[in-house]
Amino acid sequence: MNIHLPRADVTERTLAIVGELKELEGPLLPILHEIQDEFGYVPEESLPLIARELNLSRAEVYGVVTFYHDFREHPAGRHVLKLCRAEACQSMGGDRLAERAKALLGIDFHETTPDGAVTLEPVYCLGLCSCSPSAMLDGEVHARLDEAELEALVAEARR
Amino acid sequence: MTVKIYIPRDAAAVALGAEKVATAMAEAIAARGLDATIVRNGSRGMHWLEPLVEVETAEGRVAYGPVKARDVAALLDAGLLTGGAHPLCLGKTEDIPFLKRQTRLTFARCGITDPLSLDDYRAHGGLRGLEKAVAMQPAAIVAEVTESGLRGRGGAGFPTGIKWKTVLEAQGERKYIVCNADEGDSGTFADRMIMEGDPFVLIEGMAIAGIATGATKGYVYTRSEYPHAIAVMTAAIGIARAAGVLGSSVLGSAHAFDMEVRTGAGAYVCGEETSLLNSLEGKRGLVRAKPPLPAHKGLFDCPTVINNVISLASVPVILDKGAAYYRDFGMGRSRGTIPIQIAGNVKHGGLFEIGFGLTLGELVDEIGGGTASGRPVKAVQVGGPLGAYFPRALFDTPFDYEAFAAKDGLIGHAGIVVFDDTADMLKQARFAMEFCAVESCGKCTPCRIGSTRGVEVADKIAAGIEPEKNRELLADLCNTMKFGSLCALGGFTPYPVMSAMTHFPEDFEPAPRVEAAE
Repeated sequence: MNIHLPRADVTERTLAIVGELKELEGPLLPILHEIQDEFGYVPEESLPLIARELNLSRAEVYGVVTFYHDFREHPAGRHVLKLCRAEACQSMGGDRLAERAKALLGIDFHETTPDGAVTLEPVYCLGLCSCSPSAMLDGEVHARLDEAELEALVAEARR
Repeated sequence: MTVKIYIPRDAAAVALGAEKVATAMAEAIAARGLDATIVRNGSRGMHWLEPLVEVETAEGRVAYGPVKARDVAALLDAGLLTGGAHPLCLGKTEDIPFLKRQTRLTFARCGITDPLSLDDYRAHGGLRGLEKAVAMQPAAIVAEVTESGLRGRGGAGFPTGIKWKTVLEAQGERKYIVCNADEGDSGTFADRMIMEGDPFVLIEGMAIAGIATGATKGYVYTRSEYPHAIAVMTAAIGIARAAGVLGSSVLGSAHAFDMEVRTGAGAYVCGEETSLLNSLEGKRGLVRAKPPLPAHKGLFDCPTVINNVISLASVPVILDKGAAYYRDFGMGRSRGTIPIQIAGNVKHGGLFEIGFGLTLGELVDEIGGGTASGRPVKAVQVGGPLGAYFPRALFDTPFDYEAFAAKDGLIGHAGIVVFDDTADMLKQARFAMEFCAVESCGKCTPCRIGSTRGVEVADKIAAGIEPEKNRELLADLCNTMKFGSLCALGGFTPYPVMSAMTHFPEDFEPAPRVEAAE
């Protein structure tokens, strides 16, 4: 959801999350995951707070956020549809399915529909390679997809 | 007696509707007042039959599949609870040829037990390896693993016992066991299946590794793309801790060992061990130069064992049944069994564990049953996105580390992806470069820049621009990446590219260029 949280909320929640997890060994990734779970993305205003609390530079934290494909710097659509683009899915027509999804949604990979409903993302392997092609809609996995099932998934996501 | 009905919780089964089947089954059991209970097991690995529903009968387990939610009523009408006849009935599970032909050591329990029942785990031979280990000297455990001939199942094939010995002998106040569960290779899902289907075997393997090397803390680093595995693994660790399998006194011994799950964030390169260690430390997943080896300076600069899921999950059976038992399976220097993942355009896809030595042709044609599309097999990629494409002419290659290396390939994490004759090998070569460009950590130039240039050169060949010169350039670029890259990502991307070009040269001949008419 495109929730625009008031700044104070981001600060407060970020500090709470960091406080909860900072005693872990190597806490930065768990913290970033938690923040993304909370806000749907990693808000820019979280970064200096995380850096201060973990005694890192802002550049280090920014470097980590941008290195990993999972972390978003902006909110995603209400639903995230991930299509596997790796070889096993290619062997079963994954590329055609991806083109169909793009056409249905009118967007390319890494884009969100103008109504904010769906973000389309590539994923390189969901480990469902024996029942390709596969996709993940908001954390739910779907395998052996054909065009009709993809259309149903897209329709579900657009609602 | 209450009848047990098994409906897998494995992600592949769930992706094919197992959740809906389980819900429909539970509702039908309640509505009909039947004396039956549903167990959510792991997958047996016959993914073309998923969701595979099994029922425990006096004669053994009887399988039905693939079952859809709408089949549930008819199945119960046909006498599912007593193994009644129905068009979806596959007979006794153990007699299904795909299962019968296997030697399941690492996957002995996967699909059979309730993954989150420690009692079930014990009842099926679990914890015997750890029970032996707590009574042994660390060096004796290491010797047992060394003698078993177990080699790293992540792909590199390095002897596991040697790695453990190095960590055992390394000086350090703290040592770590890190399980590489960052299974990012397309065509592989063995790690995921173990974590979802028999998580205690991985916990047991890691605890044994801890006792053998003096490490007291373990991490399972897995992928965010595997939410089901994360959930089961995390729950299993909690159960093991509550039961005293983990904690300050492992099985009541003087050894302490505890562990936790850590989740990556969508970076393929973090499957490379040094990149994984950086990621665990909360850094960017940049590859580290070796030496120092992780065994000397690994996680937080401490001596660290870093092993693949399957390597660690194979340790309990080695300790339980002895090194010789495990070593007697296999061929040449590839000892024991290997869980082969048959994937892509294949009729019978799934997990097939057997001693090393079966030929690629037997795996694809006999066990896999050929393509799902019914068209001829064109190529098989073995070992993930960094593995070579094999043509039918090389189908006599036995599944063995050295035999594959001799054919300019690798078995990697033992995933095989089948392609039919519609595959365009130039496109596949281009994808290998594109994938490398997307996933490169950026530390070394051959990988970071070479992959992007590789995509461009492949595009030129496809467009018919100086094809001969560009094929030479692509080969030269592959040579630079192979010998100049810091890790296997840049270093092995040439395998799919060069094998595609060598074995399928016709796909690298551009279509005659159509001259513009106007």
